Amino acid sequence: MKIQTEEVIKKLSPMERKILPFLKTGFESIISKSGLDEISILRALKFLENKDLIKLKVEKSKIVYLGINGIYYKKNHLPERNLLILLEKNNFLLLEEAKKLSSLSDNEFKVSLGVLKSKALIELKNGKIILNANKTELSKKTLEEQLIDSLPLKEKELSLELKFAFENLKKRKDIIEIKEETGISFELTELGKNVAEAKIDTNLVEELTPDLIKNWTKEKKFRHYDIHAPVPSIYGGKKHFVNQSIEYAKDIWLELGFKEMTGDLTVSGFWNFDALFTAQDHPVREMQDTFFIKDLEANLPSKDIVEDIKNAHEVGISGSKGWGYKWSENEAKKVLLRTHTTILSAQVLAKLRNLKGKTGKYFAVGKCFRNETLDWSHGFEFNQTEGIVIDKDANFRNLLGYLKEFFTKMGFSDVKFVPSYFPYTEPSVEIYAFHKERKIWLEIGGAGIFRPEVVIPLLGEYVPVLAWGPGFDRIIMDYYKIKDLRELYENDIKKLREKKIWIK
Amino acid sequence: MAKIIFSRKEFEKRIKLSKDVEEKISLFGTHLESINENEIELEILPNRPDLFSFEGFMRSFSAFLGKNTGLRKYKVNSPDKNFKVKIEPSVKNVRPFTVCAIVKNLHFDDTKIKEMIDLQEKLHTTIGRNRKKIAIGIYPLEKIKLPIRYLAENPEKIKFIPLEADREMSGIQILQKHPTGKEYAYLLEKYDKFPVFIDANDKILSMPPIINSHETGKVTNQTKEVFVECSGWHFDTLKKVLNIIVTTLADMGGKIYSMELNYDKEKLVSPDLSPIKMKISVENINKLLGLELKDQDLKKLLPRMSFDYTKNKVSIPAWRTDILHEVDIAEDVAIAYGYDKLIPVLPNIFTVGEESKKEKFKRKIAEIIIGLGLLELSSYHLIKKEEAKLMKVACLEVLDSKSEYKMLRPNLLVPTLRILSENKDNEYPQRTFELGKVFSLDKEGKSETKVKESEKLIIASCPDNFTGIKQILNYLMNSLEISYKLKEVIHPNLIEGRAGEITINDKVIGYIGEVNPETLKNWGIKMPFGVLEISLEEIFKFD
Repeated sequence: MKIQTEEVIKKLSPMERKILPFLKTGFESIISKSGLDEISILRALKFLENKDLIKLKVEKSKIVYLGINGIYYKKNHLPERNLLILLEKNNFLLLEEAKKLSSLSDNEFKVSLGVLKSKALIELKNGKIILNANKTELSKKTLEEQLIDSLPLKEKELSLELKFAFENLKKRKDIIEIKEETGISFELTELGKNVAEAKIDTNLVEELTPDLIKNWTKEKKFRHYDIHAPVPSIYGGKKHFVNQSIEYAKDIWLELGFKEMTGDLTVSGFWNFDALFTAQDHPVREMQDTFFIKDLEANLPSKDIVEDIKNAHEVGISGSKGWGYKWSENEAKKVLLRTHTTILSAQVLAKLRNLKGKTGKYFAVGKCFRNETLDWSHGFEFNQTEGIVIDKDANFRNLLGYLKEFFTKMGFSDVKFVPSYFPYTEPSVEIYAFHKERKIWLEIGGAGIFRPEVVIPLLGEYVPVLAWGPGFDRIIMDYYKIKDLRELYENDIKKLREKKIWIK
Repeated sequence: MAKIIFSRKEFEKRIKLSKDVEEKISLFGTHLESINENEIELEILPNRPDLFSFEGFMRSFSAFLGKNTGLRKYKVNSPDKNFKVKIEPSVKNVRPFTVCAIVKNLHFDDTKIKEMIDLQEKLHTTIGRNRKKIAIGIYPLEKIKLPIRYLAENPEKIKFIPLEADREMSGIQILQKHPTGKEYAYLLEKYDKFPVFIDANDKILSMPPIINSHETGKVTNQTKEVFVECSGWHFDTLKKVLNIIVTTLADMGGKIYSMELNYDKEKLVSPDLSPIKMKISVENINKLLGLELKDQDLKKLLPRMSFDYTKNKVSIPAWRTDILHEVDIAEDVAIAYGYDKLIPVLPNIFTVGEESKKEKFKRKIAEIIIGLGLLELSSYHLIKKEEAKLMKVACLEVLDSKSEYKMLRPNLLVPTLRILSENKDNEYPQRTFELGKVFSLDKEGKSETKVKESEKLIIASCPDNFTGIKQILNYLMNSLEISYKLKEVIHPNLIEGRAGEITINDKVIGYIGEVNPETLKNWGIKMPFGVLEISLEEIFKFD
């Protein structure tokens, strides 16, 4: 016990030491004797409790205070006293007379009569009030008056008599008021008693200063800190968590030897849809689904590409049948917010059109848009990761290989593939990843090999192009355990500060 | 995506459900949405409308499991004398094509009628593009007198009792008052004449693509024989949709009869269920899939997708709408082979990864600023209309946005003000930055879309003053070794005398200053803050 006592003493902070001598006296007197404010004392007490020196008790108690009327009556007597004083002068009075002379309100008058009658201080007879009390009785304070004089008090500590008066006054308007208050008391532990009695060395070094360093001697001792004590939070600067995850995904593609594609968010229908063999009457091209920009008309790219794409749609290309409809240039000129990053792949293919080496690996991670409402499961912006591999020997199994590798690095080592459909890929595939904690298969994205109707008009010849464009937000939400999609961009600074860093 | 619901009992009469079968459903390319005691809910991909009905799905799925493989053959009986439809030239500009058929020997019950109605609706909303491209009508033959005429008529003269109505209505009244008429009015109202099918008694059967007649166009469980028509704009697709309908009816036990279609200049017979032949190459398919299949492998695999195959030639069912090219056959080969059996393989080709210079630069900028302890924000690219109004800035607008976000952001100040306002009760100091694109009209005409997109950086320090924000600017510019100048400026959102234009070589790249109390009040921000916003293009020339 002695060793423990000494250990504790080493760690006492100046504040704790200051209140230590008064610990035996109770909370109220610490305030008056230590000269410290209540908050500091509370904090010091909390620390002392952490060190097992005291046991804090927080208790809620009901305190009886004077109400608005009570404060008034305390100064000017209760109405029944006023009536008594009046009767003392007159012995008996007619009711109306008494009412008038007393200048009490209807209610006060009625209550006063009731109270005095119940105390047998008056009698009512033939419309008269007759005083029924002697001088000593009159000079004695009633229980109610005693209570009013002694408030505030804790309800629980009222004497039996006062409790009776309390019950009476409670029924009357605003004479007393009951408030619930939290009080703190404490009790010294065995250890606490020892420490409180021990002699305390006040020469411990609190803070190391340049001066002290200069004049340091071995004898000096530091006050020991309670290293378990909580400290206030600080926050550093950091990337937005969505951008952290995007950067992570980008790094995976870079590690796999892919080149980054970037481009505008506002694009023409031509690039977003027509170049990707999406028929002009496809529902995705309606305002329902896509954000079109008001009053703008885009320019189309060079004529040869436009002509080839028109043919692919109308009559087909390289053995394909096409969609068999009349292709409209106006539809292609509409300006819109890109609905997928796949447009970047289409543009890269068009750039390679006149080059010799039609090969390469490209990726993008970026924002895409759809005309959606905004609620917990819907949003109009989403992140997509895009990739293409242009290679004469590339095949479907390679596509699955790239996807498996990417998702393994994203933390989903168990993936499966099922058939799917996109207008611009064939074969197409949907990727599912097994969620280890939730034990379910999550749908995480689509991929495929670009159709010849996409590749030939853009590239000028057919080379297999593996392509994928999985959405990204579900993975982010899963990692950050976000249930509401809006939380991705709500920018609540408190939440951003507290969010963990993306490490997979 | 189309969701379809089957009775579990009916399903299990033909295929017993098991974990393996459930797995096979998804490997067939249909998503098993849910399954309970009574029902199975599937999601069918939009390229396979032939799977939208129970019969259609079971036909193909059984083959996939190895039962009744190969191309399904249906007998098409030749037309009786009156099995004729005359297509008059008046429909040419309204709804030019129709293909028709008759199916007899039907035994409808409520379930089968519902199946047909569901199929019709699914086809309407998907491949039919909400009835615009294709609309389907099915009529009880006993109420109709053949032959039939398809013509366009003055809407005032069109008079019949439509389904779900209790009195006769004109074509115009139907579009104005009938619930279905109102829903699809936009498809007809621009025409002077509306298309109708009329029988030999001059009774109107229907006004496509809107509604059938109550008298002659309502199939009940007494109906034993039906007349089926598909009308619309795309002849080839119409034929296939008709085939989907008649084969479904045939799978229910019906007998298909063809009809003679008398167009203005030619005579045709529909339906045409003869398979479509396509030449394919085993080598191409192997190359695409990364497999080493032999001819006899295809002979086993393709019949499981309901194709017939002999030596480089595939016979494709006349109801498949999705086979445009050899690659479409290749996908079906892969499905028959099993996506679960395709082993992923990473090819051994050497390439060099490369981050875009712009993105690399942005990463560096973020790194510098984060070093100062600032927090990155990320906001939507769209802002609210009233926000644009509040800032008195012109913005590009998107059409028919479903949320309150309707304008493309013209700067990053708007989202920053919104975010600081929404965070007014969170702990200060709040020092933030955002990197992102802003939009304006491209007056120089450099961009294809006429929208100028520009990469911006905004930094806000709250609470703070001019000194504080200028310190940040200095640190950033020093880190980038850029020297800049400030020029006093009047800015609508900054305090006069505490605002500056940031210039490099006399070119303005942004602004810096203390936000004025009017702006703070407008946005409900209670702390003063310093802000700077600069164009990244101007401090770094991207490739």
